[in-house]
This record gives sequence, structure tokens and C-alpha cells, in this order.
Amino acid sequence: MPHDHEHSHVPADPALRVKALETLLVKKGLVDPAALDEIIETYGNKVGPHYGAQIVARAWSDPAYLERLRKDATAAIAEFGFTGRQGEHMVVVENTPQVHNLVVCTLCSCYPWTVLGLPPVWYKSSAYRSKAVIDPRGVLADFGMEIGDDVEIRVWDSTAEIRYLVIPMRPDGTDGMSEADLAALVTRESMIGTGLAVHP
Amino acid sequence: MNGLHDMGGQHGYGPVLPEKDEPIFHGAWEARALALTLAMGAHGKWSIDMSRFARECLSPQALVNETYYARWIAALIDLMLAHDLITEAELASGEPETVTTPPLKARDVADVLAKGGPTERAEPRAPRFAPGDRVRTRNLNPEGHTRLPRYARGKSGEVVLYHGAHVFADESAKGLGAGAEPLYAVRFSARDLWGEKANPRDTVTLDMWEPYLEQE
Repeated sequence: MPHDHEHSHVPADPALRVKALETLLVKKGLVDPAALDEIIETYGNKVGPHYGAQIVARAWSDPAYLERLRKDATAAIAEFGFTGRQGEHMVVVENTPQVHNLVVCTLCSCYPWTVLGLPPVWYKSSAYRSKAVIDPRGVLADFGMEIGDDVEIRVWDSTAEIRYLVIPMRPDGTDGMSEADLAALVTRESMIGTGLAVHP
Repeated sequence: MNGLHDMGGQHGYGPVLPEKDEPIFHGAWEARALALTLAMGAHGKWSIDMSRFARECLSPQALVNETYYARWIAALIDLMLAHDLITEAELASGEPETVTTPPLKARDVADVLAKGGPTERAEPRAPRFAPGDRVRTRNLNPEGHTRLPRYARGKSGEVVLYHGAHVFADESAKGLGAGAEPLYAVRFSARDLWGEKANPRDTVTLDMWEPYLEQE
């Protein structure tokens, strides 16, 4: 199937190209424009890292929940109603003083949509996809992070339909905080491994 | 396919540059491109692996020069043409030759997205490996789709998780109805992958179907 031709009659500007294509597909009855709007509403306004942050905050607060996450993350995450596309098979990986996890997809852009929403551009970038596996400490430096040589950087390359969610270490000084307050400390980057949870 | 998409370990792309306060879509057309791709997937003519392979099969020039969602749209056009959902003439004129009914209605979107496309299936046979086993990846260079990256071929590692049997991507990229193979997470020492300059503690873990693996 590899080919070297382009569809020369398709407009070069991607915005015009997509507009022309959508117009054709709607006229032809292949797509329902209201369904397109609904998809965009879901990924543009509903799903996002604030979902994953709730999972992490509960994992920090409730040992029984953490245990359920370890045993069957897909089911434990579904307790929040977060299920489906690009999160069908979830695994959580926990940061510890000895292990720092970092998630990448070197072959495309696999990412846990159900808990983090759509991936940011940097996650999909050639720079991240090429460098994360060969120079993870360099990637962390790009994010202003330094992890000691005595800590294992454990990179997860998402090559199948398993999606990985990093549980960052709970920051010091957060004893007694509510789940909602804890969730506010959990950044998107901390759940990919290119960041840490925020100190309050 | 040994293509440009197989990026792990390449040099020369510079630092990773996160964008501050990044919007979810850079322009409304990106949102439409995402939605069109998902909505056309609902026709059930191709698997996720077929759509990934269609993106990998774009010309090297397109892979380098086009942005992410522009590549999605280019691959979507190729898939729709290959599966007779649209014709070249319709693409050129913008006018449909025939009219049909969309399979995905707005009221069904939430349920369809919440269901997703699980890939776990009944085991075709007992898994050959278990966590703790040492394995070696085969040196495979298929012209078709594979999820065994070049940097992890012919390498020695340890099985750390068994995920059950999942639809085998390499077969699923060729057509619908592909079977499942046992799937494992296999961990490699960074030194075994990248040589002595790598930190001796660091590791890379990849999900690998059984046909990628042999007993060490």
C-alpha cells in the first residue's frame, strides 16, 4: 500500500482540504454533522487531564482503591465512568523513590484518552518520540527535571492497545488534604512522567 | 514497515518543546479532522491497525512536511478510496455520485466512545511465556505493519506482565477479523538497547505479541 502520489486535486491548505472533505462526506450521507459536533464537544470540552487527576488523588487517599487499580486499572478507572476509546485496557505505573516512569509511543501517538484527553503536540512530536527511549534523562531535562542516577527511569513504549497512566509520588505536606485539593496538584505531565505533582 | 514513523532512538529532532497553555486544537479544522476520522471509522470498514498503517504508508515527504491532523486526513482519504466509500471523481468534483445514511448518529456518539474498541480476546492457546521469563525478540523486518520497533529487534529482555490475548496488530492491519495472540510487557535494559553510555538502571518496556518473541 505504500505510495508516493498525492491527491493533487485536494486543496493544499489543510483547513480548506478538511472543509471540502467534510462538505462532500455530509452531502454523501457518510457522516452526520451533529455527530461530528458531539465528538468535538467530548474531546474539546469534557475529557481531559482533570479526569486522570481524580484517579491519582483517590489512589493517594484510599489504599483499597490503589489496590483495585493495581489489580485491574480498567475496572477501577471505570468506577469514575471513564471508559472507552483509547483507554480500553489500562495499566497504572507507580512512581517511587526508586523508579520514575515515563510513557511514550515511538510508533505513533498512543495515549490514554479516557483519563488524559487528547495528547499535546509535544507528546506527538518527532523530538519526544525519538528521544524518550534513547535519552529519557535528556527529555526530562527538556522539561526542567532532574532525576538522580540512583533512580531507575522506566520508559513504557505503548506499542499495543494497553494504555499506561503514571501515578506520581504524593508531594510532602499534603497530609489531610481532600481528594479535590489533591487532584489540583496533579498535572498532565505528572501522569505521563515528564513532570512531578505540584507541591502545595 | 521500516518507515519514518518508527522513530525510537533517532537523533536530530532537537529538544522537546512543550507549549505553554496549549489549546486542544490548533485551529477549528483540527477538531473537524479528528471528528471526521472517528465518524468514518464507524462505517466498520477498517481496524485501528489498518488506519495506523494507512498513515505509515503516506509518502515520506508527507510524513515529514504535513502536520499531525493533516496526515490523518490524507490517510483517511486513502482509506475511503481503497474501501470504495468515495471515488476519485467525487473527491475532485466535491459532488456525490450516490447518497447513503451515516452509521454514527449524534445521539449514539457518547455510547460509542464510551465503549471504544477493546482488543482482548479469548486465548487461542496457553501463553508460552510468563512474567520472569527471559525472552529474545525476533529480528523481523516485515514490509507490512508491525508494532515491533526497529530499536527492539533481536534484543534480550524479561517478561514483566502478561496482558492476556489481544488482536494481533500485524494481522489486523491487513484486514478485519484478525485473530488474537498472547501479549506481554517485555522489559529491556537501556544498556542492551543503546550501549554502555546508557544509565545501568534505566529500562524500556514494550508491549509485545508472542510472535515477536522466542525463548532465550
